Amino acid sequence: MSETAMPAALDDPNRVGHHGAEATGYGAGGPAPKRVVTAYGFWLFLLSDFVVFSAFFATYAVLAKATAGGPQARQLFNLTNVGVETACLLASSFACGMASIAASVRSQLWTQICLLVTGLLGFAFVALEVSEFARMNAEGAGPARSAFLSAFFSLVGLHGLHVSVGLLWLGTMMAQILAKGFRPTMMRRLLCFTLFWHALDIIWVALFTTVYLMGAG
Amino acid sequence: MLGKLSWAAIPFDQPIPLIASGMMILVILGVIVWVWAKGYVPYLWREWITSVDHKRIGVMYCILGMVMLLRGFIDAIMMRSQQALAFQSNGYLPPEHYNQIFSAHGTIMIFFVAMALVIGLMNFVLPLQLGVRDVAFPTLNSVGFWLTASGALLINMSLVVGEFARNGWLPYPPLSELRYSPGVGVDYYLWALQISGVGTLMTGLNFVTTILKIRAPGMSYMRMPVFCWTALASSLLIIAAFPVLTATLAMLLLDRYLGFHFFTNDAGGNAMMFVNLIWVWGHPEVYILVLPAFGVFSEVVSTFSGKPLFGYRSMVIATMAICLLSFLVWLHHFFTMGAGADVNAFFGIASMIIAVPTGVKIFNWLFTMYGGRIRFESPLLWAIGFMVTFTIGGMTGVLLAVPPADFVLHNSLFLVAHFHNVIIGAVVFGAFAGYTYWFPKAFGFTLDERLGKAAFWCWFIGFYMAFMPLYAVGLLGMTRRMQHYDVAEWRPWLLVAMAGAVVILCGIGLQIAQLVVSIRTREERRDLTGDPWDGRSLEWATASPPPAFNFAVLPDVRGQEAYWGIKEHAIETQHMVDEPEYRAIEMPRNSPTGVVTAFFATVTGFSLIWHIWWLVALGLVGAFATFVVFAWRDVDEYEIPAEEVARLDRARRAARLAVLPSLSRPT
Repeated sequence: MSETAMPAALDDPNRVGHHGAEATGYGAGGPAPKRVVTAYGFWLFLLSDFVVFSAFFATYAVLAKATAGGPQARQLFNLTNVGVETACLLASSFACGMASIAASVRSQLWTQICLLVTGLLGFAFVALEVSEFARMNAEGAGPARSAFLSAFFSLVGLHGLHVSVGLLWLGTMMAQILAKGFRPTMMRRLLCFTLFWHALDIIWVALFTTVYLMGAG
Repeated sequence: MLGKLSWAAIPFDQPIPLIASGMMILVILGVIVWVWAKGYVPYLWREWITSVDHKRIGVMYCILGMVMLLRGFIDAIMMRSQQALAFQSNGYLPPEHYNQIFSAHGTIMIFFVAMALVIGLMNFVLPLQLGVRDVAFPTLNSVGFWLTASGALLINMSLVVGEFARNGWLPYPPLSELRYSPGVGVDYYLWALQISGVGTLMTGLNFVTTILKIRAPGMSYMRMPVFCWTALASSLLIIAAFPVLTATLAMLLLDRYLGFHFFTNDAGGNAMMFVNLIWVWGHPEVYILVLPAFGVFSEVVSTFSGKPLFGYRSMVIATMAICLLSFLVWLHHFFTMGAGADVNAFFGIASMIIAVPTGVKIFNWLFTMYGGRIRFESPLLWAIGFMVTFTIGGMTGVLLAVPPADFVLHNSLFLVAHFHNVIIGAVVFGAFAGYTYWFPKAFGFTLDERLGKAAFWCWFIGFYMAFMPLYAVGLLGMTRRMQHYDVAEWRPWLLVAMAGAVVILCGIGLQIAQLVVSIRTREERRDLTGDPWDGRSLEWATASPPPAFNFAVLPDVRGQEAYWGIKEHAIETQHMVDEPEYRAIEMPRNSPTGVVTAFFATVTGFSLIWHIWWLVALGLVGAFATFVVFAWRDVDEYEIPAEEVARLDRARRAARLAVLPSLSRPT
């Protein structure tokens, strides 16, 4: 039915949003393709995850000086160790980017290699963080010592928990890509995983700055 | 082996919870045995429990909400009768039990009644109004529902095994810290809300993606029904606010389980931070609940006035303005904390500003009715009842937003009266309006109008009898949550409030009767055309109940009231749009992932509450295994053949064609 032939009854009662026969509005040409829908939903999830982190960041900011006579940030942080952690995480993100390139040319071998490197570097990050936590705990600077340390352990630990869960996801996905190949569902999941992995980098940059750099200074 | 769990957890020495939990177990067992004996189990499993159809999930949310409403109402009437009795005496409820009852009442009513009903309506209606076949992530939708059900189950388990929290519906520390609440009550609260909160977040993500990315061709933003707009605003608030709840409750859990010091009195903890954080979630939560109710009223008022909604654009702007402002007012929940005059003034003014877009909405509804052909059917009665009641509640809200007045009235029954005034007046009335309005769409027959109207009047009058006295008694100085009292002037008001609760009970009884009578007489009240109310939006374009795929072909939207335009054209020309070419439709396959995940979530939650660590590990492994099995599936869709689509749609067309000659519009 063309625009000119359209009867008055089909018209908009308030003449709102009516711009001729062309579909108006973003996404108005019907439902978006699955890839867009999945990625969009996952972006929203990442935003909600950022909100969780923001609550912990705010808490840390409030409690950063509440050391209750216990150790302060300056005495605890070892910037060399944290620098190595950061390098691992950023390199892991680079490897993850390489994996998505390899997947886009459907190279099973290189995808698996890159994902493996991603995972190993991520694991190194978690291992370094856990050893750091263990050291602090052994020195009597555990999370139960003061409100500052509670906030520190939960903010940094929450990020570490995300990386660990990401590793679990990564392992499962590697097995799946090996078993099922590059079907559309797998490509969508890989897309989501890379979004997740890079988002954790963004969090880490903020965390590195506010917790470690500002704390050590 | 079983952590803190032992026979001492069962309240053998307290007759009231023992009898209540005994009754509850008997009812559940009775239902299970009846379902089993009738051979309904395979049907329920196939068609409902594992269903990923948004309509089925929406109905299940509403059923959950209504069952929980009964539970929450029993708590309410126990509190009212306790306060009616406990003048210069101890009443019949001991303090520690009374405290659990008001905590459970608030928690259940907000999280498992209001949330469940609102999300249920959105689930059912959204894809139909948007002219599409399902939500963006159907299996995630099922997981979200079952996690909510899991939270509800844990809360109700606390009645039988152990105890519930005694510190109100929000667990303010330091009272909720381990030192002052060593029992499992707070843990029940925290884990139930963590689990159901994750479910709610999933639902919010799902709805926003659906509304922004999955709409029928031509359905631009400014053509979406207002209910879709309010659902969008509400879901955006879920995404922005529920993560804060999760984070805050996680901090309290860390305090309780691992000796952290977020909110403790010692080692630098800051209890006031909890109050800030919880209300950063808590205030938007109010709008998460009420905005969809506003959407329901917009649909109902417009339909039953036979007019397009007055001021559609201003309605959309007002909705989004409320969405934004709702994040700028959280501090008005604790003016008395002592943040200082400047801070209090800012939040006081911000709170009053919310009355502006809300007032815009009220006037829009009134102007929609003005000059309309009004049909006073029960959905519209709920809407009018809402407009009157909510305006009063809004005015007492503006009063409470004045910091000096709040210093006098805070923590009194005046406040309790205020928030019941807005939540019952808007959310509950809205849920009932939506329930009556969309019931024929969901089940194919209408509800009994006579009983529906009687139920409305009981609720309406009962509400005023139950809560207006609380304003008065609050002004007389009675604080909330009192187990007993000695002031003689309060007593008459509390007796009236008790009588009001009984009138509301009659309303609930009439609603149950309405459902039973309507089901029994369903053959006489069939909705054959799929458009029982002369509706205006796309959900009325399909059959009642809609087929699994909702629409045989996605509607081509050409105006703001998509269905009204098509209908008017058909009536004018006495001719329906030509039969389309039917194609096979791919629909998502049912999946037990949701219910299995919720099973493991319940196991994990229960064992965390009772410190049964090996079972925690087992539950988590089970949840991960469920995830892997789901991710490994090869076929996630099934095909409805073109002939089946054609058969169903031709039946719908025939039914509509049959009534077409009888429809004519007064000019």
